[in-house]
Amino acid sequence: MVMSSALFEIIFLTLHVSGTALLLSTLIGIPLGVLMGLRRFIGRRWVVALLYTGMGFPPVVIGLFVYLLLSRAGMLGQLNWQIIPELFTPGAMILAQTIIAFPLVGGFTMAAVMSVDPQLRQQVISLGATSRQAALTVLWEARMGVIVAIIAGLGSIISEVGAVMLVGGNIEHRTRVMTTAIVLETRKGNFDLALTLGVVLLGMAFLINLAMLRLQGRSFNE
Amino acid sequence: MSEAVAYRIRDLHKEYAGREVLSCEALDVLRGEVLGVVGPSGAGKSTLLRLLNFIEPPTRGWIEFEGARFSAEQGISLDLRRRVTTIFQRPLLLNRNVWDNVTYSLRLRGQRDAREPAQAALERVGMENLARQDARSLSGGEAQRVALARALILNPAVLLMDEPTANLDPYNVGLIEQIIRQVNQERRTTIVLVTHNVFQARRLATRVAFLLSGRLIEVGDVEQFFQSPADARTKAFINGEMVY
Repeated sequence: MVMSSALFEIIFLTLHVSGTALLLSTLIGIPLGVLMGLRRFIGRRWVVALLYTGMGFPPVVIGLFVYLLLSRAGMLGQLNWQIIPELFTPGAMILAQTIIAFPLVGGFTMAAVMSVDPQLRQQVISLGATSRQAALTVLWEARMGVIVAIIAGLGSIISEVGAVMLVGGNIEHRTRVMTTAIVLETRKGNFDLALTLGVVLLGMAFLINLAMLRLQGRSFNE
Repeated sequence: MSEAVAYRIRDLHKEYAGREVLSCEALDVLRGEVLGVVGPSGAGKSTLLRLLNFIEPPTRGWIEFEGARFSAEQGISLDLRRRVTTIFQRPLLLNRNVWDNVTYSLRLRGQRDAREPAQAALERVGMENLARQDARSLSGGEAQRVALARALILNPAVLLMDEPTANLDPYNVGLIEQIIRQVNQERRTTIVLVTHNVFQARRLATRVAFLLSGRLIEVGDVEQFFQSPADARTKAFINGEMVY
């Protein structure tokens, strides 16, 4: 009974941290991807290069940066603002995971938007669309790719362990999530529990991806 | 501006990366006319249409439309821009069904109930039976007719057409030409028809303009243009002697 309540607590915290981080990454990444995909401006290449670098950045290094930023002597930690999360809290884990995921969401969204025929935007503008309406239409046409972008973002954070371990600390009842719990239980030799957690994590990822495919209007048969 | 003039174009220039692709000293498009714009590839015909649809600003000069000037410094209001629409040579339909494509342009204007105008537009282009069909599965001719329906549903003051029948079969060419005539006669819609097909220009246009290498060479009534062109280059183009 104790075991199952602890398990549910870990699952809930995992969903809370990764879900919130994914939501924030989507809110940042999709507009950024659309902007990069549709607009040409001075310095765009630099922003794209940074975005691509972010897509391949090792999560543990991002964890280290966030750790240094949020520590008491860090650039953000010393500000003492309420909006800035403290180290070893779910807020710090959400911040780290958002930084890991948003370049992936943004980069893949940019690629999806750029794959839509550029003539389409011109044609919908000729039909009377405003710039915003045209951008939303292009985004809707690129929706398959955008959902792949969100799936990629989720995949990068739900299975991630290095960054959340660094900034969360794997504190029981506070910051313990599925991946950090699996590491801990494996080290303790509790392979049954570690395996159970692994299967649950895989199942969660499968169900979320299934839901995303439904959103794309596709099934696994296609 | 005279009531009879839809567009007044003066000293209009368009450059891309420093290269001039269009230069037009003066041209008036009359209200309710079908102006055929002919010329070889690269003559600046499509560029002219993009400027007339206010999609791109000119580099220099101006276009006057319904009392408002459009220039490099001065944009045009959304309301005026929405009185003009373009049919492109290669229509790109949205990844939705035919009905949603046709009603899309009304939804952009916040009009939710588009049942009657959509039905009428689809009937006009002979596509009422394919309303629920996936637009991406249509043939080239059917897609162009859907593009025509989504433009006609707006009842625009000006309809710009960029090679609307290029690469289509004779049946669809005939159908689209018939619709162009009807729309012009029944609604008095001003039509600017870009085509490299001089025979089509002769069939449909009331006046014809000839563009060559980005310059307006000649403009005149259709009979005068084809029977007694003033410029030797126009004559060579009409007779198919121009090498380009």
